[in-house]
Amino acid sequence: MKAVYKYPKSLKRAPFHYCPGCGHSVAHRLTCEVIDEMGLQERVIGIPPPGCSVFAYNYFDVDMAESAHGRGAAVATGIKRAYPESVVFTYQGDGDLAGIGTAETIHAANRGENITTIFINNAVYGMTGGQMAPTTLRGMKTTTTPYGRDHILEGHPIRMSEILALLDGVAYIERVAVNSPANIRKAKKAIAKAFQVQLDGSGFSMVEILSPCPTNWKMTPIKSWQWIDEEMTKVFPLGVYKDVTEKKVAD
Amino acid sequence: MTKVLMDGNSAIAEAAIRAGCQCYFGYPITPQNELTEYMALNLSRRKGCAFVQAESEVAAINMVYGASVAGARAMTSSSSPGISLKQEGISYLAACELPAVIVNMQRGGPGLGSISAAQSDYFQATRGGGHGDYRTIVLGPSSVQELADMTMRAFDLADKYKIPVIILGDGVLGQMKEPVEFKREAPTVLAVREGSLRGAKGRPSRIIKTFTSNPSELEEINWSLFRRYTLIKKEETTFETFLTEDARLVVVAFGIAARIAKGAIKNLRAEGLKVGLMRPITLWPFPDEPLKEMAKTIKQYLVFEMNMGQMLEDVQLALAGQGEVAFYGRPGGVIPNPSEVARVIARLYYQKGLK
Repeated sequence: MKAVYKYPKSLKRAPFHYCPGCGHSVAHRLTCEVIDEMGLQERVIGIPPPGCSVFAYNYFDVDMAESAHGRGAAVATGIKRAYPESVVFTYQGDGDLAGIGTAETIHAANRGENITTIFINNAVYGMTGGQMAPTTLRGMKTTTTPYGRDHILEGHPIRMSEILALLDGVAYIERVAVNSPANIRKAKKAIAKAFQVQLDGSGFSMVEILSPCPTNWKMTPIKSWQWIDEEMTKVFPLGVYKDVTEKKVAD
Repeated sequence: MTKVLMDGNSAIAEAAIRAGCQCYFGYPITPQNELTEYMALNLSRRKGCAFVQAESEVAAINMVYGASVAGARAMTSSSSPGISLKQEGISYLAACELPAVIVNMQRGGPGLGSISAAQSDYFQATRGGGHGDYRTIVLGPSSVQELADMTMRAFDLADKYKIPVIILGDGVLGQMKEPVEFKREAPTVLAVREGSLRGAKGRPSRIIKTFTSNPSELEEINWSLFRRYTLIKKEETTFETFLTEDARLVVVAFGIAARIAKGAIKNLRAEGLKVGLMRPITLWPFPDEPLKEMAKTIKQYLVFEMNMGQMLEDVQLALAGQGEVAFYGRPGGVIPNPSEVARVIARLYYQKGLK
């Protein structure tokens, strides 16, 4: 009989603390499945951020070192430079990567550090209670944009995949979503590709995951899935933004 | 062993390489750039080593954190404004019990201040510096030779006690050239620290973290840190005394100020004034017991610092009213010469009727 479901080896058997409908648990599981399938469990060092996923180390059964807020890419740089045989990934939210850690992210990417970033974009600061994130959509209500994000006063949502794709050190960037079985399958492929790019030593790789936050969006899980399709992907279109491996084939 | 003429910043870098420093992460700031540049020249292409000119001081210290997580001897260096930026990372290093060496070639402050030598980061260095209850070992060198020796000692202490170690130098020490002897050869094999993260091969996965939602757990982490600090205080406190046996007045000074004070004291001794020097070498742990012991026989102290009186508070705490403490300080990057300091010492000496 063919196994259709298996608990990933690199996912600890601990119940997730995430809210119902949250995308983190799906992103965790996908990453663990990839780590298993690529046989990386004994080589991986993961870097979780402050935020909802600070407890990622309770779920990933790999070596993990917590980073200060936004500093994941710098910590990953230190680990990878000290121990190049490791496979290093950061797991970062939008406030972490696109707000307080923008400089670390951009420069690690630009240096072409051989690290992989899993970037969870849910358009809010989750753990602190739903404040405006750098990725909050225009008009979106959060606890710090109670009148809806007005770009005149509060700026525009920042598109990190597009920005990072411009940098020469970047090897692979794809934006995916975890709001449907089809998208989840695509997300897994993207994560696997990002790790492969790191193994090949091609440079910086990142998978941006549009991820539902029903609690702070004040939506049902199903509605939050729909909202990603209907609203979020208009501002953050899904797709591959950079892939140097494709270029090599085209040459 | 032969002596070479070298500036202080370069001497630290050379000593670090010989101490087995595998990773250096830095960001340009005067007056410590020779250190970063020496590492770029001599460490960046060294087998198994890494050098990154980071995008910021914040990034540099977090790279140090990463390298230390992976078990490497790692360091960064900067000067006062840059050290302020590193405090976030130093707090995390302390919390995670990760060794690291951080060099602060102090310059005048506050703010952007000046690029001239100062000692105004004493509080920041000796009180932890970042958020949370923690300490770092702080070494106060006063010559290029000491910079080299202390850099080697700093890496050893950091590993031994799993703690960040700060070398609190200043712009003069960094820039001036003196003969220096390096007492170790660079290791041929770089050691990997026990308990580091190198992938969970043949062992359960490991976590290096600071966050906990359980205050009792965090309280115990704090207590365990402070149990180790007590041990460090007992084992590692170091200081120098100079002509104190018969002294009626003792100058307490650290780093370059102690060097200046020593010159003043030599001149005053030639004139027959019974003055001596007490120089804390570890600024944390501060040598308060030796000072207390000294206060049994010597009652007059003059604290001299290139700031507005920071170590002064440690001297006052140590003496606890047993002696009289005066203070002379020049802040902002002004470097007094020995004759100026001699005048201040002599005035106090005669004023207090110590002749």
